[in-house]
Amino acid sequence: MSSTDTRTRSAASGAVEKDPQPSVRATRSRTTRSGGGATATSFSSRAAVNTVLVIMALYTLMPLTWLLFAATKDNSDLFAHPGFELGDFNLFSNLDRLFSYDHGIFATWLGNSMLYSVVGAAASAFISLLAGYAFDKYVFPLKNKLYAVVLLGILVPSTVVSLPMYLMASKVGLVNTYWAVLIPGLVNPFGVYLARVFSEGYVPGETLEAARMDGASEIRLFRSISLPMMAPAFMTIFLFSFTGSWNNFFLPLVMLNDSSKYPVTLGIYNWNQTVSQYPEFYQLVITGSLISVIPLAIAFLGLQRYWRSGLTAGAVK
Amino acid sequence: MSSRLGRGQRSTPALFIAPFFLLFIAVMIVPIGYAIWMSLFREESSGLGFGGSHTVFTGLGNYTRALGDSVFRDSFLHVALYCLVYIPLMVGGALALALLVDSAMARAKKFFQLAYFLPHAVPGMIAAIIWVYLYTPSLSPITQFLKTFGTSWDFLGNDAVLFSMANAAAWQWIGYNMVIFYAALQAVPRETLEAALVDGAGHFRTAVAVKLPMIRSSVVLTMLFTAVGAIQLFTEPEILRAKAPSLAPEWSPTMYIYQAAFSKHDYGTAAAASLMLAVLGALLSFVITKFGNRWKEA
Repeated sequence: MSSTDTRTRSAASGAVEKDPQPSVRATRSRTTRSGGGATATSFSSRAAVNTVLVIMALYTLMPLTWLLFAATKDNSDLFAHPGFELGDFNLFSNLDRLFSYDHGIFATWLGNSMLYSVVGAAASAFISLLAGYAFDKYVFPLKNKLYAVVLLGILVPSTVVSLPMYLMASKVGLVNTYWAVLIPGLVNPFGVYLARVFSEGYVPGETLEAARMDGASEIRLFRSISLPMMAPAFMTIFLFSFTGSWNNFFLPLVMLNDSSKYPVTLGIYNWNQTVSQYPEFYQLVITGSLISVIPLAIAFLGLQRYWRSGLTAGAVK
Repeated sequence: MSSRLGRGQRSTPALFIAPFFLLFIAVMIVPIGYAIWMSLFREESSGLGFGGSHTVFTGLGNYTRALGDSVFRDSFLHVALYCLVYIPLMVGGALALALLVDSAMARAKKFFQLAYFLPHAVPGMIAAIIWVYLYTPSLSPITQFLKTFGTSWDFLGNDAVLFSMANAAAWQWIGYNMVIFYAALQAVPRETLEAALVDGAGHFRTAVAVKLPMIRSSVVLTMLFTAVGAIQLFTEPEILRAKAPSLAPEWSPTMYIYQAAFSKHDYGTAAAASLMLAVLGALLSFVITKFGNRWKEA
C-alpha cells in the first residue's frame, strides 16, 4: 500500500485515545516558555541547538530546491550540469512541453486529481462531521462499540482491502471509472475521530438545548447551529482528506487502466517507468513533479491554522 | 447528553451515522470478509488448459502455499529490517527535533516547523521519485557534494538501498510527526518545567526526564501509526527498483501481493498473503500498545 494513505488517515498521534478532551488542547502560547531558562543557557549550547535545526531544515528543503533547479534545465543540461549547477533557463519551454505532451494529458491528470481530491474530500469531511457530531452529542444503543469499530478502522492496512475492493468493483462494473477511486476515499475514520473532538470543543450542549426548547428539529439544529460552529473542523478534516486523496497512488494504480482517468501521481509514475528507455522523459517527470507539489504546498502554507489544529487535536489526549 | 430525548431525537443519531457506516461496511467490512472468503479458494485450469478454469475449495491451502514460498518469507524479512531502521529513525528523529524546537534555546520556531512539515506536501510517490533522482550519480547534487570531499557513496548499492529507502520515507514524514510531538509538548504545564529548572535540572535533563515522559501517549501512538504504515511498504521500493538491482519485484509483502494478484492473477494467494499482513499489523499494534501502556504506567 502506499504507506502514505493509512498514515494520513491516522494522522495525529493521540488519535486512538478513548475519551478526547479538547479542553486540554494546547492552549499555552508559544512565547510563554521562551524567556524561561534562557539566561542560564550558554551561548555555545544555543548555537549547537540552532545549528542542528538549520542542518535539518537544509535536509528537508534541499530536495524541493533541487527539483526547482532541475525544472529550469533542458534534458541535456540536466546531465551536463547536474545538482545545483545552472544550465540555460528553460523552465517555460519545459512547462510548455509538459502541458502539450500527448495532447495535454498532464492537464487532464491535474484535473482528475482535483476532482478526486476536492469532491472526495468535501464529501468525506461532511460524512465524517455528521458521524462525529452524532457520537458526541447523542446517546444511542451500541454507541461505544460502534465508536471502537471506527477507531479500529483507522488501523486497518489499506492493502488488505484494496485487492478485494478491486474484485468487487470489477463485478459491479466500477473498475476503471471515477467512482472506483472516489468512493473508497469517502470513508475516513480518523475524520470521525477529529469531528467528535471538535464537536465537543466547539458546539456547546446548552445552545442546542435552548434551540430545542424553541422547537427546532434535530436536523435544523445541525444545519443552522452546529454546522456553522464546526466550520473550522470541516476545514481541518477536509485538508486531511484532501492530502490523503492527492497523495493516493496505490488505489488508482489498482483500479484504473485508462490513462485519461489517472490522477497526477499515477500519470507521473507511468512516465517515470519509461525513463530508462527514453531519457527525454526525465524532464517531463521533473517538471510534472514540481507542478504536482504546488497545490498542496499552497494549501499547507495558506491553511496552517487548520492542519496545526488537526495535529494538535490528535497530539493531546 | 440530554435526558429529554424525544422520539425525533432517537432516530436522529441513526440518520447522522448512517452514511458513514454504510460506506464503512461497503469499503472496509465487506472487502475484508471477501478477502477471507477468497483466500479459501483457488482457480484451477481444467485439464488441457482449454475450457477455462474452475474454482476449488482449498481450505488453508493458499496460506501454506504462500508461507512455503521463500520469496514471500523473504519479503517479511525485508520489511522487518526496514522497520528496524525506519521506526527508530523516524520516531527518534521527530522527537529530537520537537524537543530541540521546544527548547528555550531555539530561534525562529515557526519557520523550522514549516520547513520540516513542507515535505509532507509532496505525494509519497513523487517523494520517492525525487529521492531516486537524488541518488542517481549523473543527476545528484549529493554525489557532487561528496566528490568535493573526495568521497563517494553508492545509494543504490545492495547494502545501502535499505537506508536510502528509509530516508525517502522519513523525509516525507519526519516533520509531520515532529509537529504532533511539538503540539503535545506545548501542553506540558509551564510550572512543571520551571520547577525542574529551579531544582537545577539542565535543559537536556528537563527534556529527557520531564518533557519526554509527559508526552508518552503521543510517542506510543506515533510509533503505532509509523509501524502500521511501514509494514505496508510499497511505493519506495517500487520506485527504487528501477535503479537498484538488489530489489526484486516481490521485495516487500505488499509488492508480493500486488504481483500475485495483477501479474499472476492468483487472487487466492494474494488474499491469503494480505490477510497475513493484516494479522502481522494487528500483532504489532497489540505489542506496541501493550509496551506503551506499561511505559505509561511506569
